[in-house]
Amino acid sequence: MKLSRRGVIAGATALGILVSSTAAMAETLKVAGIFTLPVEQQWISRIHIALNAAAKRGDIEYVYSENVSNTDYERVMREYAESGVGLVVGEVFGLERAARKVAADYPETAFLMGSSFKPQEPNFSTFDNFIHEPAYLSGMVAGAASKSNVIGMVGGYAIPEVNRLMHAFMEGARETNSDVKFLVNFIDSWYDPPKAKESAFAMMDAGADVMYAERFGVSDASVERGKLAIGNVIDTSADYPGTILASALWHMEPTIDIAIAAVADGSYKAEDYSQYSFMAKGGGSLAMDASLVSADIVAAVNARSAEIMDGSFTVKINDEAPVSDN
Amino acid sequence: MDILQILISDSFWAAAFRIATPLIFGVLGALICEKAGVLNLGIEGIFAAGAMAGWMAVWLGAGLWGGLLVAALTGGAFGLLHAILTVPLGLSQHVSGLGITMLATSLSYFTYRTTLPNVSSPPRIVPFQPLDIPVLSDLPFVGLVLFQQTAMTWLAFFMVALVWWVLNRTPLGMAIRAVGDNPDAVDAQGLSVYGLRIGAIVAGSALMALGGAFLTMSAFDAFFFGMVNGRGWICIALVIFASWRPGKALLGAVLFGAFDAFQVRLQTEVGALVPSQVFLMAPYVMSIIALVIVARRAEYPRALLTPWFKGQR
Repeated sequence: MKLSRRGVIAGATALGILVSSTAAMAETLKVAGIFTLPVEQQWISRIHIALNAAAKRGDIEYVYSENVSNTDYERVMREYAESGVGLVVGEVFGLERAARKVAADYPETAFLMGSSFKPQEPNFSTFDNFIHEPAYLSGMVAGAASKSNVIGMVGGYAIPEVNRLMHAFMEGARETNSDVKFLVNFIDSWYDPPKAKESAFAMMDAGADVMYAERFGVSDASVERGKLAIGNVIDTSADYPGTILASALWHMEPTIDIAIAAVADGSYKAEDYSQYSFMAKGGGSLAMDASLVSADIVAAVNARSAEIMDGSFTVKINDEAPVSDN
Repeated sequence: MDILQILISDSFWAAAFRIATPLIFGVLGALICEKAGVLNLGIEGIFAAGAMAGWMAVWLGAGLWGGLLVAALTGGAFGLLHAILTVPLGLSQHVSGLGITMLATSLSYFTYRTTLPNVSSPPRIVPFQPLDIPVLSDLPFVGLVLFQQTAMTWLAFFMVALVWWVLNRTPLGMAIRAVGDNPDAVDAQGLSVYGLRIGAIVAGSALMALGGAFLTMSAFDAFFFGMVNGRGWICIALVIFASWRPGKALLGAVLFGAFDAFQVRLQTEVGALVPSQVFLMAPYVMSIIALVIVARRAEYPRALLTPWFKGQR
């Protein structure tokens, strides 16, 4: 084929138009996740899954950094903000003040961060796993299942997000079992299964027959000793057959989807996104193993669940550190 | 349950030995290195490397004992690196050791992540199970405390005896002790100071890696970032507590395990009165107190931290 000058120019122009139009189409929102632990960790996995789902739908372009230490977190936030990311999702429990400073420096970037404190104008929104409602329901199951009337609870750190779920769980257990006593332990680590297991064993030695498995390792201890367990945040019942009675699940999809839509249409502002983790918003749910729970308890839990959904029953939020009953 | 009842219960002592097992391996490893005159602060990272490598080998189908071998070899490899840096090159043992910790930790995470990029929860293996020895496992008290531990706890006990025997009853042990006290004398005997020190560090590091492997192959069934959680550093302190004696190393590790097991039970019992952090701190505070009492009479290997160069006095 012979190339004429005119043909080359026409071709080049057409190509130019093609390239610029695909560039315009590729203007999908860039979202960055920054996590202080690997993406397998229960809490983080829920955010990671929701972001991956949004990326799969083509709503966003998703990149992430995992296992970022708190001391390095600020730098990573700045790097993503500088690189033109539209929305940064992460967790700032260990650097609340510093993270808000970074957000103030990049008003064009939207920040949606797991936090124990308030959102900050104009672009720093907060969320957390407010699954106290399913935690309450799982407590109802636990209270009814305990024969020794002693329930053991092993937590990571005594911080609001952990305390709140534990209190809701305890309230629920008291509803179905007024004699129940609680043993509470914290291991001061988010991931130390050998230590969590030892804590669980100690509680079983002290009479606990149902364990609230806030951390990895507790369900393993329950399996080894033939006791029961209640899951938290993720559903691990397939890994521990016959052991997990119920789990309070967290779904991050509503939170993520609302934030993405807000950034995309320019309406994003500093907001408390906690409510999108509530059951009525689809952010929390209860998984129950009906083969391990008696029918009347299943019915009672379902009734309570319906009341929570329609707003006629409110689970109290209590952020105080729980302590053992003596 | 009151406090005295806790201390005499068999499940408490069983927990103490369980918690102590990785520490026994770690203290022995650090002890061998230091007996030869070299501090090995790579221990925390070597724990992580052993935990990852051993678990990964089992996950890929090597079997539990094969996994332990892989863990030991991995630990030995990092030990060799530390040895080359600190023995023939004579670099700062502190700096090299901390570097090894960072390298080994990061490399284990890197390997884990590149091998398993898309897992939603850490994959599991079938770990070492508690032993069930006829008669012995059913004995009152000692049955639960000693004979229902996993094979790795017994491997740790065996290692204590082996290290004691090698160090105190063999010519090799004498040479290792001598190279940590007076390398010039060893050199004058025609023995290789470098060879002895490098060998001791490699062997010690292999033992440390077994301590890490215990976490993922016996105490739990999966590997995860950050799960060593300072256990390696504890061993460095316990070596001083043990005055570089294998028997006392066992004692120190079990004592620490007992403190930790006690802490957990106390937290459950009287957690309403005192914040949980006080209990979590307790084993470390008790270790420091024990250290202060014991370490004043400790006899350091005299050439510890001193590099030795051939032909230089």
